[in-house]
Amino acid sequence: MIRLKDVEKEYDNGTYALRGISLTIEDGEFVFLVGPSGSGKSTLIKLLTGEILPSSGRVIVNGFSLTKISDRQIPLLRRSIGVIFQDFRLIGKKTVYENLSFAMRAVGSSPRTIRTRIPYVLKLVGLEEKADQYPHELSGGEQQRVAIARALVNNPMTIIADEPTGNLDPARSLEIMRLLNRINELGTTVVIVTHERDLVNRFRKRVVLLENGLITGDGIGYDAK
Amino acid sequence: MKHDFGYFIREGVGNLFSHGFMSFAAIGITVACLLIMGTFSLVAYNAEMLLRTLESEYEILAFVDDSFDEEQTKKVGEDIAKLPNVKNVVFITREEAMEAFENRSLDDYMRRNILPEMFRDRYAVYVSDLNQVRRTASNIENVKGVGKGNVRVDEDIAGGFIMVRNVAGAVSIALVAILLVVSVFIISNTIRLTTFDRRDEIAIMKMVGATNAFIRWPFVYEGFLLGFLSASIAFGLQWLVYVTVVKSIASADTLQFLRAVPFADIWKPVALSFGGAGIVIGVGGSLTAIRKFLQV
Ligand SMILES: Nc1ncnc2c1ncn2[C@@H]1O[C@H](COP(=O)(O)OP(=O)(O)OP(=O)(O)O)[C@@H](O)[C@H]1O
Ligand SMILES: [Mg+2]
Repeated sequence: MIRLKDVEKEYDNGTYALRGISLTIEDGEFVFLVGPSGSGKSTLIKLLTGEILPSSGRVIVNGFSLTKISDRQIPLLRRSIGVIFQDFRLIGKKTVYENLSFAMRAVGSSPRTIRTRIPYVLKLVGLEEKADQYPHELSGGEQQRVAIARALVNNPMTIIADEPTGNLDPARSLEIMRLLNRINELGTTVVIVTHERDLVNRFRKRVVLLENGLITGDGIGYDAK
Repeated sequence: MKHDFGYFIREGVGNLFSHGFMSFAAIGITVACLLIMGTFSLVAYNAEMLLRTLESEYEILAFVDDSFDEEQTKKVGEDIAKLPNVKNVVFITREEAMEAFENRSLDDYMRRNILPEMFRDRYAVYVSDLNQVRRTASNIENVKGVGKGNVRVDEDIAGGFIMVRNVAGAVSIALVAILLVVSVFIISNTIRLTTFDRRDEIAIMKMVGATNAFIRWPFVYEGFLLGFLSASIAFGLQWLVYVTVVKSIASADTLQFLRAVPFADIWKPVALSFGGAGIVIGVGGSLTAIRKFLQV
């Protein structure tokens, strides 16, 4: 569960990115976070992953209180979240399989768990054939599916995606959204930041609208606000 | 989470080879630093050992006033023994002194022509610190029954060694400090290069929730390996250099009196110091390299 209460974020240079946000996302929800450029969407995501701290207010993610989290607990919080970015962030000199095993190794998974988990996740994202390819040998959509597989591989409670389709054509974007929808149906909470109104409207899901650091809309469908 | 030694070591070795040339250069410089430190320390050590031998053999002779009777002479010995830096006082009668002299001089003419009167009762004084011979000698001169001009000191024998020991000692302390810093800096920069190469991987590890310790270990092993390899090479070279120098001293006529400690007697502490210094340098270097990297 994600719960924000009166959250404000002022960056060191004085920019007010968030101006008092309260938001609750229950386990198992699928939420689009939309809004114009500079409205504070990425700021909100960074608060959830513990990359930055709120200036005031309370942030609770999967049982961790981000306002008083200790350095030792940050890794545990991050293991409960799978993060996906617009630019994929794969390791170029590792194969698809190695990119996934790298993420599992990093949290101390045993070789046996790694061997059984990776084929399962690759099958889920439809890349079982591509395990031994390098990222540059894949299309953008495929690379993003590897990134999704990596976000899933440690079995997180929540998937958070910051403009996952920003680099993809409409057909690939739809594919990625369908995949994330399917992952949500398997029980993972999914939060997606996106600019693509058409795409959002194809799914009848909860949409949270952020404008100028404030939530100005929250309902089903982009135009429901 | 258990310590995945195999994984960290593999990653560490991988880091080492990903910058083959830098690693090679870092090892070269560290070896040179260790060798310089080692050589100066060994010179200082040998000078110290020689000094100790000299000290135990070195004597100041204090000649006792001829007019003193047995009782007074004894008092002189007691007075000398009370002086600071005096380790031991041995009384030598003029007859003993003459005998010793006769045994040493092979010249028959001289032997026939010396008279006991030429010798005086004397005390051989052994000191604990050669550095202070001069002061001790003048203290002895002030003892009643000895007096000015009746003390013989061989200052020059010791003087050279004291200098060598003091200079080599001071230089090696200064060098150890400076070169340790230099080596740590070199290794730290090598590892900083790998952390820079791996910044994407580090970012991903943090993103998926790796602990700082987990991220750190491969770099610590990389530093450890750099330090350890340097120490091993430096030890081998030091051994070679030492044995070669000792051999050439032994075969040089003028340097016969320099008895160097055989390497076999000191290889253990030398190996330990090299290994210790190498590991301190390597691990210190990697920790300084990754300290900044792990904030956030
Ligand atoms: N590290 C930072 N330091 C200072 N100001 C920042 C920083 N990051 C973001 N901002 C500012 O905070 C505001 C919100 O930025 P944020 O990145 O959250 O917007 P966004 O909604 O993700 O925009 P976009 O859709 O373009 O990605 C912007 O005005 C931005 O300039
Ligand atoms: Mg953004």
